[in-house]
Amino acid sequence: MAYSEKVIEHTENPRNVGTLDKADPTVGTGLVGAPACGDVMRLQIKVGAGGVIEDAKFKTFGCGSAIASSSLATEWIKGKTIDEAETIKNVDIVNELNLPPVKIHCSVLAEDAIKSAIADYRAKQAARAQAK
Amino acid sequence: MSSLQFPIFMDYHSTTPVDPRVLEEMLPYFTTKFGNAASRNHAFGWTAEEACEHARERLAKFINAQSEKEIVFTSGATESNNLALKGIAEFYKDKGNHIITAVTEHKAILDTCKRLEKEGFEVTYLKVDREGYVTPESVRAAITDKTILVSIMLANNEVGTVQDLTAIGKITREKGVLLHSDATQGVGKTPFDVQAMNVDLCSFTAHKMYGPKGVGALYVRRNKPRVRLVAQMDGGGHERGMRSGTLNVPGIVGFGKAAELMTADFEKDNARILGLRERLRTKIMTVLEETYINGSMAHRLPGNLNISFSFVEGEALMMAIKDVAVSSGSACTSASLEPSYVLRALGVGDELAHSSIRFGLGRFTTEEEVDYVAELVIAKVNKLRDVSPLYEMHKEGIDLKSVAWVAH
Repeated sequence: MAYSEKVIEHTENPRNVGTLDKADPTVGTGLVGAPACGDVMRLQIKVGAGGVIEDAKFKTFGCGSAIASSSLATEWIKGKTIDEAETIKNVDIVNELNLPPVKIHCSVLAEDAIKSAIADYRAKQAARAQAK
Repeated sequence: MSSLQFPIFMDYHSTTPVDPRVLEEMLPYFTTKFGNAASRNHAFGWTAEEACEHARERLAKFINAQSEKEIVFTSGATESNNLALKGIAEFYKDKGNHIITAVTEHKAILDTCKRLEKEGFEVTYLKVDREGYVTPESVRAAITDKTILVSIMLANNEVGTVQDLTAIGKITREKGVLLHSDATQGVGKTPFDVQAMNVDLCSFTAHKMYGPKGVGALYVRRNKPRVRLVAQMDGGGHERGMRSGTLNVPGIVGFGKAAELMTADFEKDNARILGLRERLRTKIMTVLEETYINGSMAHRLPGNLNISFSFVEGEALMMAIKDVAVSSGSACTSASLEPSYVLRALGVGDELAHSSIRFGLGRFTTEEEVDYVAELVIAKVNKLRDVSPLYEMHKEGIDLKSVAWVAH
């Protein structure tokens, strides 16, 4: 299968690879997928004032399309509010990266990773609010 | 100055380039000697027929058949496998309806067996051990009074495991059951002798041994026992009625020459390829942690190296080393999204199956290529591990098996 130039570009130069402190109350972590399925994505967001995503990091075990999808996701969500980030759909990623049908699940996983990271952040905030 | 040429081919199980010596012998049969081998009444036909008969003799010698009449030309190993299994099943169906094969066979065998099952035949798919090995005892145990055929490959295309056909052949001969072997990957690379091994039918193809694509052969024993089969292609009655269709004369000429070269260079070529394979294996595995060999080190094709690189997905690695042609057992490289059934049969977990890369070395692989590939693989695996959450978790001492993964 031939890869789109954008997929190749993202896999050769993945953006925002790394790890944020998952114990930090302003950090939300999403870990989706399973090793047995051949892809695992971890996407993390650091949320600042007004719910703006100040930083985003990822690490992905998976094929080139999975790495590219998560790399692109971090690029897109940085600077957005969590409400805006939540509206990103997998089809947006498919279109941007020209993913073929067999790779659509990579984009689904990236969307799940964003939502999961946001949910984690919100859960942390809710727990803190309750503790106060 | 580097003499490396890109891309580098390390996928010799998929196919091989035509050896220039083979091509040279083929060329006249496209142009001046273009006759139809079935034209019995003129010189063009005689020349073509003579060339095909010469190839038949070379191929018979290659597998130590008793007679060149035991070689049936086909379009390739898939057709040979189909003809062997379906042809035997149809001919011997009154004798019995049971066939024995193994779970790690090529799809050309497995899917043919599936078809035969639909037609009322019963098929036993023998399990293999962790190295991909079919124990001869399991063959013996599976034989019933309904068994007509056992089909076990010489060597596996993914992990290179070489089966003990000598031991299996002793059993099938003793039990009076026919033995077919898909010798496609192994012949010319590991010792193979239809007489010594009591093989009654075997399939092989030119393009896995530096010959052209589109030509293969089925060996059908004519003596002790005389094997009969029902043709699956109807027409002019070529190939002693077993396979109709105009012979691919240039292809057959190339096939014969390729076989002759495999025999002539057997020791030298295989020793050299084994040395390169070991060089590649040692270089990679002494530097990279958490890498695992799939298959057997004791019974393995010289040119095969199948390694799982933990925490790295196979297709991503293939993409990262895109100047090098290899293959992977990862689901992502297949249309089915299932990881390799061969690796699964060996008990390799899905995680490691997704992380597997098959390197195939051959006649034209150089030491310089091996060194380049080893360095590249090491660098890219390290890079991908830096991007892998699994590697980070492993480094933190988290047991990945204890994580409650959300499968999708």
